[in-house]
Amino acid sequence: MGDKIFICRCEDLTQEEIEKAIDEGYTTLEELKCRLRLGMGPCQGRGCLLLARRLICQKTGKSTDEISIPSSRPPIIPVSLGLLASDKDEKNR
Amino acid sequence: MKRIDKKADVVIVGGGVNGCSLAYQLAKRNLKVVLCEKSFLCSGSTGRCGAGIRQQWSTRENAELAINSIKIFEKLEKELGQDIGLRQGGYLIIVHDEADMKQANKNVAMQKSLGLDVSILTPDEILNIVPILDIKGMHAVGATFCPTDGHVDPFKTTYAYAHEAISHGAKLYKFTEVQGIKKNNGKIDSVQTSNGKITTDLVINAAGAWSKQIAEMIDVKLPNKPFRKEILVTERVKPVFEAMVISFKDGIYFSQQEEGQILGGIPIPNEKPGYFTVPTFDFLHHMSKTLVRYAPALKYVNVIRQWTGYYDITPDARPIIGEVERVKGFIQCNGFSGHGFMLSPMVTKILTEYIVDGKTPQILNSLNLSRFKGKKITREVSVVG
Repeated sequence: MGDKIFICRCEDLTQEEIEKAIDEGYTTLEELKCRLRLGMGPCQGRGCLLLARRLICQKTGKSTDEISIPSSRPPIIPVSLGLLASDKDEKNR
Repeated sequence: MKRIDKKADVVIVGGGVNGCSLAYQLAKRNLKVVLCEKSFLCSGSTGRCGAGIRQQWSTRENAELAINSIKIFEKLEKELGQDIGLRQGGYLIIVHDEADMKQANKNVAMQKSLGLDVSILTPDEILNIVPILDIKGMHAVGATFCPTDGHVDPFKTTYAYAHEAISHGAKLYKFTEVQGIKKNNGKIDSVQTSNGKITTDLVINAAGAWSKQIAEMIDVKLPNKPFRKEILVTERVKPVFEAMVISFKDGIYFSQQEEGQILGGIPIPNEKPGYFTVPTFDFLHHMSKTLVRYAPALKYVNVIRQWTGYYDITPDARPIIGEVERVKGFIQCNGFSGHGFMLSPMVTKILTEYIVDGKTPQILNSLNLSRFKGKKITREVSVVG
């Protein structure tokens, strides 16, 4: 086993990479998202955003309630284009 | 928070790509620059855009701006010392009928006269560029294609500009809102922010969809209207095409990103102007339906996210650039109508040369706010999303 700690598994981001970005001044989850694509994979940040928030708090001395969670974007789970495109009673999956 | 600078040569309102590019260029020319962004950099339209860069326009002016912008994008990575995610896979514009083809011929002739590599394709040639398209499903009779159009990463680009701006001495204040602008004898006097007052002679309004409100602080009326626009993105799949596919008739645009996700948008039917941010199911359905009609194989691909952003739309879909007549030192850089990212290199270069060198090329007159005062305007018709 390597010694890398993965925070965002969808986008392959390690604790080290996230801490580096925080040091560079990207000190909100929204900015880390833009900078590193944190939380932009299929799970939409379910696994990583709260972990990354703790890293921000540790680095900046802020409390968790000062660091907002980015807007949730629909759909809640991945849905196929075929299903979304279908009309009532139509089988188009 | 550190108190804001008391004085500046220029205050830029808005931390999108245009604001950050201006901060970089003006600081490089030794101006004392302060940029105020009410949220984080890239939080507005820049960070929500489709990220396409296109030179195929219907008005000569936009085509010229875009061609010169891409020339700058091509050298930007070297200039800023950071990857900006440039990828030139071309733009494929679908032509649907005779009337469409007439306009396409006209556009291509004008674009070629400017030296652009652009051609008209037959349906077979379309499939060579993007094999997964369905000619019948799209109702395509042909297409236009320009291989040097493409894609640039808005986050990477904006952050690279911001980084270089700071290296050249610019001060970028995020989470700092502009609350008022004061004038004195018809000239800019100062800017009041949530973090203190700055005395300055110059204010650049690069606030995107909020530019109208910024201008109102100093009694300047902009005709801009904010329109909610939506985009969706899919999971990553094997890369199969590089071009951005667009249609002016259906309003759709979509492309596959380098990492494999398909990203695209389409106008929401009957959308009204306003500050709406909620994503709609109407969009999701309409976009999916049209996308699957264009490329049936995509029906098995999963959508993972949809989001909204604003187009800051002017009556002629062309930006408002330059100093306003009524207030000396109040400079507009807004109203991009959905094309602010792709036009930013050239627009910010022109404004920098105006501010520092006093250069006034013809395009500054033509894009000035005063054009809406009872004159005939030429509307840009090559608009999607």
